[in-house]
Order: sequence, then structure tokens, then C-alpha cells
Amino acid sequence: MIFTIAARELRGLFLSPLAWTLLAVMQGLLAWIFIILVGDFQGLQGRLAGLENAPGVTDRVAAPLFRVAAWGLLLVTPLLTMRLFSEERRTGTLDLLLSAPVGISTIVFGKYLGVLLFLLTLVALVALMPLTLAAGAALDFGKLAAGVLDLSLLAASFAAAGLYLSALTTQPAVAAAATFGLLLAFWIVDAVGVSQGAISPLFAYLSLPRHGDALLLGLFRSQDLAYYLLFSAAFLGLTIRRLDYARLRG
Amino acid sequence: MLGENAMTGEIVLRVEELSHRYGENRGVDAVSFTLSRGQVLGFLGPNGAGKSTTLRMLAGVLAPDAGRIIINGADLLDQPQRAKQAIGYLPEQPPLYRELTVDEQLHYSARLHRLDRAASRQAMTRGKERCGLMEVSRRLIGNLSKGYRQRVGIAQAMLHDPPVLILDEPTVGLDPIQGREIRDLIRELGQDRGVILSTHLLAEVQTTCNQVQIMQSGRLVYNGALADLHQQQHQSSRLRIGLNAPPPATELARLPAVMRVEDLGGGQFRLHHAVGAAPHQALIKHAQAGGWDLWEMTPEAAGLEQICIELMLGQEAVA
Repeated sequence: MIFTIAARELRGLFLSPLAWTLLAVMQGLLAWIFIILVGDFQGLQGRLAGLENAPGVTDRVAAPLFRVAAWGLLLVTPLLTMRLFSEERRTGTLDLLLSAPVGISTIVFGKYLGVLLFLLTLVALVALMPLTLAAGAALDFGKLAAGVLDLSLLAASFAAAGLYLSALTTQPAVAAAATFGLLLAFWIVDAVGVSQGAISPLFAYLSLPRHGDALLLGLFRSQDLAYYLLFSAAFLGLTIRRLDYARLRG
Repeated sequence: MLGENAMTGEIVLRVEELSHRYGENRGVDAVSFTLSRGQVLGFLGPNGAGKSTTLRMLAGVLAPDAGRIIINGADLLDQPQRAKQAIGYLPEQPPLYRELTVDEQLHYSARLHRLDRAASRQAMTRGKERCGLMEVSRRLIGNLSKGYRQRVGIAQAMLHDPPVLILDEPTVGLDPIQGREIRDLIRELGQDRGVILSTHLLAEVQTTCNQVQIMQSGRLVYNGALADLHQQQHQSSRLRIGLNAPPPATELARLPAVMRVEDLGGGQFRLHHAVGAAPHQALIKHAQAGGWDLWEMTPEAAGLEQICIELMLGQEAVA
């Protein structure tokens, strides 16, 4: 049942020009940055060759590319998630799901899975670019995988937050703006906690990109994984609660 | 799913003391009724009387504050999946995705109602044939006319062959011919299942339904067979009279069996009296004695519309 809902969601996304446009813009911009990064790396190669334990092509090309892609996800996700529930509530199609023999959590997970699959497609397309370097360079596949995992976890977190905010309103634009604001707040929250050069551990922990940085360096820490999973689970839980409440109050 | 021995008369929906409040407002207040196979129940009432709210609760879209809903033997609260499987719901606004084709929409809905691939293909063909959608199978719902969208909505509601169909104002916005087609379809569907049809058109109830239920500010004010309501309209309960020299209305009110006097102006009055006890004898006698100069006396039969309006206004004219 989850897959039926996810499949329709994905189909709806691919039937809209918005999704294709976002894919194209992301891919185009990232490809441009990728070429610049590759060019820079080639210029540096001579000097790097003399160094002991020099950063490789994965560190110099893939990691910065993924860092930019993370910013891209921050901009793109609100536009993809804004319609998930708000549109269904506005046009009344949510009634079809609510009157069908399907639980509310199934509906929420189905929609989440649908949009997540789309975002993972986007991540896969980004990952393809550094992968092409494997033809002529020695890639660190472990680091590359860690980078892809980082982007995927970020996408999962962003999508969960977007899903929740789209359940709060019937106006997609409001949902998009709120999602963007919320994600940006989590992105820069570590800057708030700085006093006398030291960062408050709480705000540092809340900050989204801080958990990704370790992964981009190829450092897999379970606390980072837990952070992303908790972030996603919290917003999914809130979404279910929100829909339950809407069913009570009409 | 319809069993082999789906007989008419079997109760498929039981509603007990259903209530829902919107803040301070009373949305629906202690509504109880039952629906059997073979019944097409017309749900009448002015806008805002709580019809849609009631139907939304029956469909499981809105949770009731109090009361029980039992659909085909399953309690909507305890066994929501089983109960919802037995219900087909068409809300006021058909829940259709504009970007899907008719086939895609119906397939999605069939899958949501747990039909497997083969069963859903079969159900789709049957639904499209019944609702006259064969020629628009591959068209986008966003490009269909309102009449066709309504039909897709009905096809979607009956796809999984539920014993209970709930249709919220299915003919609003249709032209007369489309409206008649939909009504014919509903009558046909009502032969072997229970159908609830909400509307504010009395004519629609008269042509389509065999049961009537009237709601007024959240309460059920009438529930019975259409035939009973028809019977009432032939029993006169009013007398219109014209007098050239009328006495004060209070004097008319003292006539035997008269319950209420309505002054229509120009010496005309409407006397409301108990059914079957017209005060014409007494009136003639008094008119002669008092020199009222009676020039008109016409019994007025309340039309079905009048009866319904009076029920909605909460008067006891048809008691």
C-alpha cells in the first residue's frame, strides 16, 4: 500500500514540469562546478604529487561538489515537498486517501517514500559526475560512498521537514517558504551558539551540515547517522499527529 | 465485497448517536439511523445543516466526537480498515488528480482499496461501462468536463463494489441531461446496495430515492419512506378563506379544530387545522351568524415541498 501511494507521488512529480526543471537546473549548475573543480585539480596536480599523504581527487573534487549539492538540496527540497499535503487538502483529493482502507501512517510513509525516491534520483545523478573520473583516475570509493550517504541522509531529513510543513497549510507557497526557513535555520544554527570563539555543543549538535562534514571526509560516525534518522523520524511523527488532528477537527 | 447471497433488506449501515462539534457550534447532534440494501436514502436539508459533516464522518474522513458507526458489521472506530473497505465515498468535490488519466486514477483507487492487478482491471472495465467512461479512458481528468469528472468520481466510489455508497451532492453543477443520467445510474446502483445521496433538491429525491431523511441545524427532523411523505401531502391541513367583513383573527382562532390563523391581507386568511378535521361547517355557521360575508373557502393541500420546508423550519404542521 505504501508503494502504491509512493508510486503515484513519484508519477505526479515526473508529470509536472517543475520536477524536470529542478533536475535540469541542479544538474546543469553542478556540472559547471564539477568542471571547474576538475580544472583546479589538474592545475594543482604537479604540486600535490610531491606531497606526502596528499589529498586525492576524491577529496579535491567529489567532496566540494557534494558540499555544493547539499546547498542545492536545501533550495530544491522545499519546492518538491510543498505540494505533498497542501495540494491534496486544497483540491480535496486527500479525502480519497482518508476514506480508503489505509492508515494515516501508511499515507505519510507512502508520500515520504515517493518524494525521497525523487531526491535520491537527484543524488544519484550528482554522484555520477565524480564516478566518471574512475575512467582516468584512482577514486577512493569509500569516501565517495560516504559522500553519497551524506547527501541521501540530508535529502531524507529535508524531505521529512518539508512533508510536515506541507501538512500544516493548504497553500503550497507558504509550505515552501516555511520549509526553506526551517531548513536554513537548522543549517546556520551553530552560528547562534558561538560566544568567545567557542561553540555551544547543543547548537553544534543541532546544526545540520556539521554532521555531514565528517561524512564528507569519509568519517562514518553513528552519532551523525542517529541525528539524521531522529530528525526525519521526528518530522514524520509530527506529520502523522497533524493529520490525525485534522481528522478530528475537520 | 458483495456476497452471493446479497439480499435486499440486510442492514449495511447503522449509525448511533453520532455527534460532532465545530468549536462552539453544533455541527451534528446525536444523529441515528440505519440503511439497508436496496434503499436509496435521500439526505435533505438546507446548506449548513450538517449533511456533509455527517457523510464525512460515515466515510471515515472526519472523526466523530461521540457515537458509533457500524458499516457492514464492522465498527468504523475499532476496525477502520474493514469498515472502510465496505464503503464507497464521493465527496462534494470529486477527489481526482487532474494530472492523471481516467484509467490511472481508477487504477490507483482500486489499488488503494486492496484489489489486486487482475481484479482491479476487471473492476475498472465494469465501472467505466456502467458510468459511460469507455471513450475517455485515456484522457486527462483535468481536461474533462464537470459531468465526466462527476462520473469518474462515481465510478471510483463503486469500484471495489462496496455495499454502502455515500454520494455528497453528486448532481450539483451538471446540466439537466447529465443530472438525469447520474440519477438513473444511482437508482440502478441502489438495487443491490445501500446508497446515501445528499442533495438540496427535492425533485432529485422524488425521482431517485425511496427513503427520505431531513436534517436541520445538526438534528435529524424526519426519517421515513418517501411513500409516507407522499401520503401526507394528500391530507389537507389548511383552509384558505376570504371574508368581506372579517372579524378579528382571534375570533377565527376560536373555531373548532383551528390551530393557527394566518392573516393574508385583503380579508383573506389561512386556517391551519388538524388533519381530517376541516372546520368548514363551523365556519359557514359563524360567518352567517356574524355577517362576515364569506366569499372564498379553498382547502389547500401541502405539496411535498411545503411539507419539507415546514419540517426544516421545525413546525409541527405535518405532525
